[in-house]
Amino acid sequence: MIAGLYIDGASALHRATAGIKILAMMALGTGVFLIPDWPVVAVVLATVIALYPISGFGRHIIWAQIKPMIWLLLIFFAVQLWLNDWQAGLLVVLRIAAIVLFASLVTLSTKTSDMLASLDRAMVPLKPIGVNPEKVSLAISMVLRFIPVIATVASEIRDAQRARGLDKSILAMIVPLIIRTLKMADDVADAIDARSFDLD
Amino acid sequence: MIRFENVSVQFDQRRALEDINLTLTEKRIGIVGANGSGKSTFVRLLNGLQTATSGRVLVDDFDAAKDGRKLRRHVGFVFQNPDNQIVYPVVEEDLAFGLKALKLPKDEINRRIDEILARYDLTEFKTHPSHLLSGGQKQLLAISGVLVMAPRYIVFDEPTTLLDLRNRNRVERAIRGLDQTVITVSHDLDLIADYDRVLAFDQGKLVLDGKPADVIAKYREMMA
Repeated sequence: MIAGLYIDGASALHRATAGIKILAMMALGTGVFLIPDWPVVAVVLATVIALYPISGFGRHIIWAQIKPMIWLLLIFFAVQLWLNDWQAGLLVVLRIAAIVLFASLVTLSTKTSDMLASLDRAMVPLKPIGVNPEKVSLAISMVLRFIPVIATVASEIRDAQRARGLDKSILAMIVPLIIRTLKMADDVADAIDARSFDLD
Repeated sequence: MIRFENVSVQFDQRRALEDINLTLTEKRIGIVGANGSGKSTFVRLLNGLQTATSGRVLVDDFDAAKDGRKLRRHVGFVFQNPDNQIVYPVVEEDLAFGLKALKLPKDEINRRIDEILARYDLTEFKTHPSHLLSGGQKQLLAISGVLVMAPRYIVFDEPTTLLDLRNRNRVERAIRGLDQTVITVSHDLDLIADYDRVLAFDQGKLVLDGKPADVIAKYREMMA
């Protein structure tokens, strides 16, 4: 799911450096919160959506980004409607949609390794206070890599416990999941060592 | 050449390996033994993942106890479960991981990645999420991740255990095609049947050592 976000392409956005895209994402994230008028934010959102086909991503990809947040947006809208008015609700929804869609666009068009390399460079000034950029990058990449693996393990355990009639027991799910994850962590540490990763 | 000189490994109250003396010069070496017999500990000593409690392990000019980091570049290690060996979320990124550790230039990294992907018919999966590969493809990716680093020796720790027959055969062909010295731990006796030498371990001791036909026949009797 998360690890599969990058889609290969040759668009201008794909060719742009990860650092520029991350900076643009930060600027857009800050910018939309400084704009008080919903029509202006709507134009920003429309521009972000227009970048999808320009970058080679079809309608189904746009929908795949919007679909998971629809309920959240509706809740935000309802709360604002109740506390303020429909314009305030629309403004919040448009802001969040613009930020999420642009962030998705960045991850869709940027390889994890390029993103992490930019992060590495950005963290270099923090070295004197003990931050090791390579360690941070590796940790982030491993989170992305192992989310689907742990989800698969969880699914296997759920099936096994269901077969034993323990599908309602949280303990029967959590305990083997933790044990297998810890064992996996040991094995992964060995594999990283074996591949010459230097932690110093 | 690999040399074990009076090597023992002790874990708390349990002796995992006991007084191993051995010289290995063959190109294909198989290791067999029941679970907990010490065979995995034996191979982990080869690239410094495990250190000996007493004795010395020498691989060419490297002393495993002193030259652990250098040794890991000299001796590659492929684990049983590729899911635990693939570190990066995308195929090409995972292959680049070890190469970056070698501080190679970007062009050389890309050249090696393209070459290894072509060798194992994985080119079309270059930008593919690694978790979506099949079991066999994942194991080939794990092998590729080790091979791109051009080690002199490669250790396989039960490489076919989790695979179906078709993928097991793919991995067997991949191992057979290697130029490096190969040390394979396996319960799959067919995999090592044509190797140059096979060692059998039992309760931390080297109990059989010789040609595959003899060792495997005796090992089958032992396990009956």
